[in-house]
Order: sequence, then structure tokens, then C-alpha cells
Amino acid sequence: MTSTYAVLSEGLKKRFGEVHALRGLDLAVAQGTVCGILGPNGAGKTTAVRLLTTLLRPDAGSARVAGHDLVREPEAVRRSIAVTGQYASVDGDLTGRQNLVLFARLHRVRGPAERAAELLDRFGLAEAADRTAATYSGGMRRRLDLAASLVRRPEILFLDEPTTGLDPASRNLIHDAVRELTADGTTVLLTTQYLEEADQLAHDIALVDKGRVAHTGSPAYLKALIGAHVEIVVADPGVLARAATVLDQLTGGEPSFDKDRNAVAATTRDTTLTLPRLVRELDAAGVPLLDASIRPPTLDEVFLRLTEEVAA
Amino acid sequence: MSMSAYDGTAMLGRQLRRVRNNPGLLVLTQTMPITMLLFFGYVFGSALAMPGEQYRSYLVPGLLVATAANGIMTGMFQAAQDVHRGVTERLRTLPISRAAVPLGQSVADVVVSGAGLVPFLLVGLAVGWRVEGSAPQAAAAVGLLLLFRFATTWVGIFLGLLSRNEEAAGQLGGATFILPLLSNAYIPTEGLPGWLRPLAEWNPISAVTTALRDLFGNAPVPEGGAWPVAHPIAGSLLWCAVLLAVFAPLAVRRYGRGEG
Repeated sequence: MTSTYAVLSEGLKKRFGEVHALRGLDLAVAQGTVCGILGPNGAGKTTAVRLLTTLLRPDAGSARVAGHDLVREPEAVRRSIAVTGQYASVDGDLTGRQNLVLFARLHRVRGPAERAAELLDRFGLAEAADRTAATYSGGMRRRLDLAASLVRRPEILFLDEPTTGLDPASRNLIHDAVRELTADGTTVLLTTQYLEEADQLAHDIALVDKGRVAHTGSPAYLKALIGAHVEIVVADPGVLARAATVLDQLTGGEPSFDKDRNAVAATTRDTTLTLPRLVRELDAAGVPLLDASIRPPTLDEVFLRLTEEVAA
Repeated sequence: MSMSAYDGTAMLGRQLRRVRNNPGLLVLTQTMPITMLLFFGYVFGSALAMPGEQYRSYLVPGLLVATAANGIMTGMFQAAQDVHRGVTERLRTLPISRAAVPLGQSVADVVVSGAGLVPFLLVGLAVGWRVEGSAPQAAAAVGLLLLFRFATTWVGIFLGLLSRNEEAAGQLGGATFILPLLSNAYIPTEGLPGWLRPLAEWNPISAVTTALRDLFGNAPVPEGGAWPVAHPIAGSLLWCAVLLAVFAPLAVRRYGRGEG
């Protein structure tokens, strides 16, 4: 069974002095998939990545990465992975080309110069190839970072917030590269602050909170966990309270108000609540509607709800 | 081992390209000793008991060694910069030998500082310094100097890997200018107060400086010095061996383990 998992960790713990960064991380990432690791700041995402990429040693627990034991065979793990992230960067004093040639040589790639040229082309860096990376814009720098991870196709690619602060064009380039890689069988572990990005790219999501995986599953599964988002907008603020009462009866969820928009919203796991029924019930209660909607929650809403539950 | 050598060569290339792309630090570390030679040789030298020309001959080996001791500063600065900018972390995720990165850095530093000897020695010749010993002795002096540089760079790399940020490394590195002041690099130690003299003479810089003065034939080994100064060549080799034996394994271990 272990061979079908690119990453399989059990009870990984890491403490920095008094701070318990990870309190027992259990993570299973199937081969050839994209796993999004989400969580609030300080949840332990980056520590998890740094442990799984051999940059830190766990205090307790075990993990297999690409089938190799993380603690006993770090060399074998390093041969199977590539890391691009906030804390792992290319050399700003070298040009883009020099960086890629260096990484290609260190990875024992044949024809390092050709490989570098190929990647510079693919990531739109051919023109800037002979400038030092320190002169690159944030987006160019991040593309170069990713290119350096791909001088040799890794079995597992760790992307630690690869698109934070990037313009849409650079972001798309990185998304396309991730999709191509998984199509070729590479497993990708992605931490990101953009839930929409995780929604688009990830097959599975591990929601990390307080040093543990709080929830895990596909984006659709996680959305189903908290249910549908029901919203009513009225023209007259005077009927808002009445609308909320109806909504409360129908959903059993605590309605939340958006007074500026004259709106009230709630979530429900009740799949029999349809839009016609909602409208009928409101009409019967004498609530003149401006708008009503039932839609799946965004991953943002899932994230907020589930991390709140853990905090409570 | 061959793998380590291959990776080390790649990292050596990286360091040399880094210096070539960004020569600011190099220019600074190269012009500094020349400026000091002119200042000390002509301004301060005028107040010393030694005649000017003789003092400048005395000073050139001292400044060579004081500059070599700057290996602590550059080693530290470059290592701290790599840590701070995430380059070290990136390299540590690669399947390369743990020793390759610090080894590449230290060898590159020796190559660069070796090339830097040329302009300094030309200015030295212009102000009256001469090789007064034999050619093999002079070659041995240069070899000893580069060995000392190699050793001090490892000290710097270790300290740089420990440091929390670039600024702290820069400040601590800058403080190393005190080290040659407490040695015989600029002045003879015979005139120092009794308690200070042994301290200055057990400074590795003193042993190497005395060895260079001896090998270049610029000044004889002084009488009545502490053991490393009385036996300067053995003393220098021993100091280099001790520094390397302590700091190279520490640096490699620190590099392999990372922080936290």
C-alpha cells in the first residue's frame, strides 16, 4: 500500500523551544496528485514542508517520502524531491542561466546548458537569461525558482506559497506547469494562501490547524462538510428580521446579517432545501425578495468555518 | 569522495561567478589593505623608531596576514547572506555532498584572495618592499599565507551559518579588524606591556606574520617571543591545522543540520 502514496507521514512532531509547531501530522498524499496544504498563519504548514524536505528533523513520528524513510534515508529523499518556496531560493548574485546550469550540474543532468536554455524559454525568461536574478521582478524570480526545481523531473515537487504576490500571468504560468507535471506523474505538495488556487489545482486538501491535519479530502468533500450557502437579499430592511426567522427554521444554521446589503445568510447540510421551496416559504411569510440564492460554499468559507470549529 | 569533488567544483564555479557578477565586496577588500599600507607606511610610520622604508618592508607581510585574517569576515558574510536569502536551504534539499557547499566557498575564497595578492604586492614593491630571501622561500610564504586564508574562511563560514541575519554578520565580521591590532602585524610585540605581550604573540596572526617576514627575508625572528612566534613556521602550520580541525567539521555539521 505504501507504494501508492508519494508522502505518508504518521505523528510528525516538531517543537521550537516552547512552541509546538507540529503536534502529530498525519498526511497521506496519493502518487500523481496535487495535495493542497491549507491553514491559518502559524498552523505549521511551512514546518511540515521543511520536515518533509529534510530541512528539519522531526522530534517524533515517521514519514516515507517517495518510499524512502525521511530520517534514515534523507539522501534518497533528496534525490526524489524538488523544493520551491519562500525560504528556499535561487542565487540572486548569479544570472538566471547560471543558476539553472548550476542546478542542472548538481542534479547530474546531461547537457546542463541545453536544459537551462530550454527551461528559460518555457518560463519566459529567455530575454532576461543573462541578467543577475537579483534584478528580476517577483514574478520572474518565482518562475526561475520553479524552473530550477524542474532541471530534472522530480518525483515529488514541494511548492511553498509559489504564487504569493504574483501577477495573474505569472500565476497562470505556474499553474500550467503544475498541471503538466501531474499529467506526467509527478506528485505536487502545494501550500498556498489562495484558496481559489487550491480549489483549481488540488485533488485533495489537507486543512492544517494547530500543528495537526484537522480535515482532509477533496475540495468538493470539504464543501459538502459545511453544506450549501443560502443567501436572501431584501429591499426593505424592516423585513430582514422576519427573513432571518424563516431562514433559521429552514436551515437550522445561525443566520448572519450583512446590513449594508440588506442581506441575511446561513449554511445548511439539508439537501432537500431547493430554491423554489426557499422562495415559496419566504413568500408565504410575507417577505418581498430582491434576490435569493443557494450555492456551494467557496473554499474560503469552508476554511473559515472549519478552522473556527477547531478553535472552538 | 569523487561526488564530493564534483559538487565542490560546481560550487566553486558558483562562488567565482558570484564574485565576478557582483564585485563590490571584492573591490573593497582589495583596496583596503593598499590604503592601509599607504597610511600606516607614511603617516603612522613617520612616528615610529624604525626608518620609513624599513617599516614599510616590515609592514607588508603584516598587512598580507591581516588581510588573510579577513577570511573570517568574507566567509561569514557570504555564508550569512546565503542563509538569509534562502540559498542555503535550497542547496540543502539537493542530493549533494554536505561538504560541497562550504568547501566550494572556501576554495573560491582562496582563489580570489590569491589573485588579490598581485595588486597589493605591486604597491608593496613600489613603496620599497622586496623579496630578500630565496624564491622557494618566497613561494613557501605565499603558500602559508593562502593556507591561513583557507583556515580563517572556515572559521567565518561556521560563524556565518550560526548568525541570525546578514546585518549581525556584517557587524561581527567588521569587528575582526581588532584581531591584527592585537598581534605583531603592525608593530613589534617586544615593546608591549608584560601581560599583553603573550596574548598578542599567541594570536595566530603573529605566528604567520613572523613566518612571512622570515621567509621573505624582511625581518628576523624576534628573540624571546612566545613559542608560536619563536618557531613561526611550525607555529603557523599548527595554528592552521587547529583552526581547520575545529571549524571545518563544525561548519560542515552545521551546514548539514541546518537551524532549529
